[in-house]
Amino acid sequence: MSQPALLRLAKVSKRYGTVQANKEIDLEVHTGSIHAVLGENGAGKSTLMKLIYGVEQPDVGHIYWNGQEVHLARPSDAQALGIGMVFQHFSLFETLSVVQNVSLMIPGKPADLAQKITDLGDQFGLSVDPHAMVHRLSVGERQRVEIIRCLLLNPKLLILDEPTSVLPPQSVRRLFETLRKLQADGMAILFISHKLDEIRELCDTASVLRGGEVTGRVDPREHDARSLAQLMIGREMPNVAHAAPRPPGEERLRLNALSHPRASRFGTTLEGIDLKLRSGEIVGIAGISGNGQQELAALISGETRAQEPGMVEIMGKKVGHLGPMARRKLGFAFVPEERLGRGAVPEMSLADNSLLTAHSRNMLSRGFIRRSVERAFTRECIEAFDVRTPGPDAEAGAMSGGNLQKFILGREIMLNPDVMLVSQPTWGVDIGAATAIRKRLLDMRDQGCAILVISEEMDELFEMCSKLHVLHNGHLSPALDAAETTPQEIGRYMIGAAT
Amino acid sequence: MSGLEFLLAGTLAASLPLLLAALGEMVVEKTGLLNLGLEGMMAIGAAIAFICVFHTGSHTLGFAAAALISTVVAMFFAILVIGVKANEVAAGLAIGVLGLGLSALFGKSYESRTISGLPKIDIPGLSDIPLIGPTLLTQDIVVWLAVLGSIALWWVLNRTKLGLIIAAVGENADAARSIGYPVVLIRLCAVAFGGAMCGLAGAYASTVYTPLWADGMIAGRGWIALALVVFGTWQTGRVAFGALLFGILSLGELTAQAMGVGLPSQVLSSLPYLVTILMLVVISRRRSGLF
Repeated sequence: MSQPALLRLAKVSKRYGTVQANKEIDLEVHTGSIHAVLGENGAGKSTLMKLIYGVEQPDVGHIYWNGQEVHLARPSDAQALGIGMVFQHFSLFETLSVVQNVSLMIPGKPADLAQKITDLGDQFGLSVDPHAMVHRLSVGERQRVEIIRCLLLNPKLLILDEPTSVLPPQSVRRLFETLRKLQADGMAILFISHKLDEIRELCDTASVLRGGEVTGRVDPREHDARSLAQLMIGREMPNVAHAAPRPPGEERLRLNALSHPRASRFGTTLEGIDLKLRSGEIVGIAGISGNGQQELAALISGETRAQEPGMVEIMGKKVGHLGPMARRKLGFAFVPEERLGRGAVPEMSLADNSLLTAHSRNMLSRGFIRRSVERAFTRECIEAFDVRTPGPDAEAGAMSGGNLQKFILGREIMLNPDVMLVSQPTWGVDIGAATAIRKRLLDMRDQGCAILVISEEMDELFEMCSKLHVLHNGHLSPALDAAETTPQEIGRYMIGAAT
Repeated sequence: MSGLEFLLAGTLAASLPLLLAALGEMVVEKTGLLNLGLEGMMAIGAAIAFICVFHTGSHTLGFAAAALISTVVAMFFAILVIGVKANEVAAGLAIGVLGLGLSALFGKSYESRTISGLPKIDIPGLSDIPLIGPTLLTQDIVVWLAVLGSIALWWVLNRTKLGLIIAAVGENADAARSIGYPVVLIRLCAVAFGGAMCGLAGAYASTVYTPLWADGMIAGRGWIALALVVFGTWQTGRVAFGALLFGILSLGELTAQAMGVGLPSQVLSSLPYLVTILMLVVISRRRSGLF
């Protein structure tokens, strides 16, 4: 190669305690290239980005910028070289306006900055009102603000950490157009993702990480998604073909014109939600988080009481006025999206976490806890659901997201529920565990359970569900037949373009 | 002097301790902390200022000493909360009790002693205006400085980069840290500012408003100031308006007693506190979006 790489990592390693997060990583990023870093959760992608952005320092190894060795002690060192980063969880201030947010990082008069924001927006398709308050912006607009804030520092390398995980399909298109324009403008881009199709569409080079090591350097355009996945998880992809559902049986959950005012200024008001869920079927609710998903889940689980008893019906009974315990007695089970704090108590052992929802399984005797039953139940759950943990005494808070999710789901499934609500089943869960979780849910369906899944992952919903709804701004779309609808149509509902 | 003239002349002075303490606490809360020790910081400031003025006769020295001692007490709070990450409610209450205790200790041998207050300034032209001239517009120097200071604080918080940084730190400290702002230092400065303002508030109460030392003379004004920050929804203008309102209420109580309103004085004295509770209830209900 005639000219040195813009960024080169040579044998970079980083260890946290006993965990080898990155091991002898070599990486080269060239100007004008969109370079993918591909890997499952826990493969070491985030650590690697922290090393490049100066948040952490490598234990051994060297980092070169334009052929010169550099030491990045803090993010401002990386920024000074020309490295910009767009975080997965945005670091914007919601109560400030766009231009105020930008001015916290970039010197200059507000009026000049507003003009620059508008100019960059026109140039790269990142239009956003500089004077809008951030809390009023959509997720896509917030991401544009983050990118603009980075671009104003004139970076030569832009790092994007899972940028599409929060976006509806239309915004993903738009983001890709922006990134291609930046690439044509001579920018190098590091694109971190676990979504194979996106990487194949956008990137010209991919480094695959597994267990902290680089396991492959490929041109993603020349590989299909299946072979990329194999590089990523290190084995054959599990077969995702499932048996077709049998015709559904009787109705088990019904929402009748469910409306509920928002509880706070940042909440969502739900309006006139109708939904039917029958035995032996999985119904999915798509949509971006924050459009009423949490409110709806709380109303179905009983954490929030509905305004009329008849707005929520479980197993044919009006339960809108009943609490979670009473609804669970009817055969309802719930896996919430927050694993720590709602699904499990972080400071308590797995065994005690079992007790929280499975106490009716003979775990109590005259008000006293029968520890042996509690432990036996927990051990059975750990084995049956492949939870990787030392045992029933392990603290819930010390487990990885995927393992804890398998435990919580297992605990609820072992109650043999008739109706189940599962919220964001595979958030932050690696591909292997996610596949296992989906398989379990489909098995439950085949045994006659009625399952409602709320998820942001459209692929997941299309894989499991026979009917789909979309929740947007507190309104639920009519039921769409999963076999007949398309991701594009779902996407139009997600941004409110169709009703 | 009629009741109206009495109100016009006295409201600003009666509001001043509330105003200073509330504005200081507002800045603390804007950076995302909560210091419940206002009452104690005001009390120790009041005691030190009184002792200082009693011995030296200099109000300037009294105010400076009060600001200093209350800042020191506030720094205890900062060390506990920012340094060793203690619970801020417990730490705030603790330094509040500490301040009250120290003020009683230092002030013991000065009980019921008096000093001279500050003269009211006649500003030529202003004080010739009928009715409000000799009353509302004839105030001591501290009142005028406080009015100017409040305007300056509003300008800093709403029109400068520093104000923006304070708001950013309070809203999302992690994000502020990630873009390179010294969050700890900013919070430390805010707590110090809050302490100094409480010291000045206490000094005004004990050496100008009622230039006499009595144990417990702050009499809950620290708690009212705390409530005013919420009442004013963390905005300088509204906090100042709230302070004026309570100033009028506390004077109105005196006027009513003087005019012989047929209510027990205890009922009248409790009015400002009852109104505080009512306002807090109204505001917290509105903030949760119920009306």
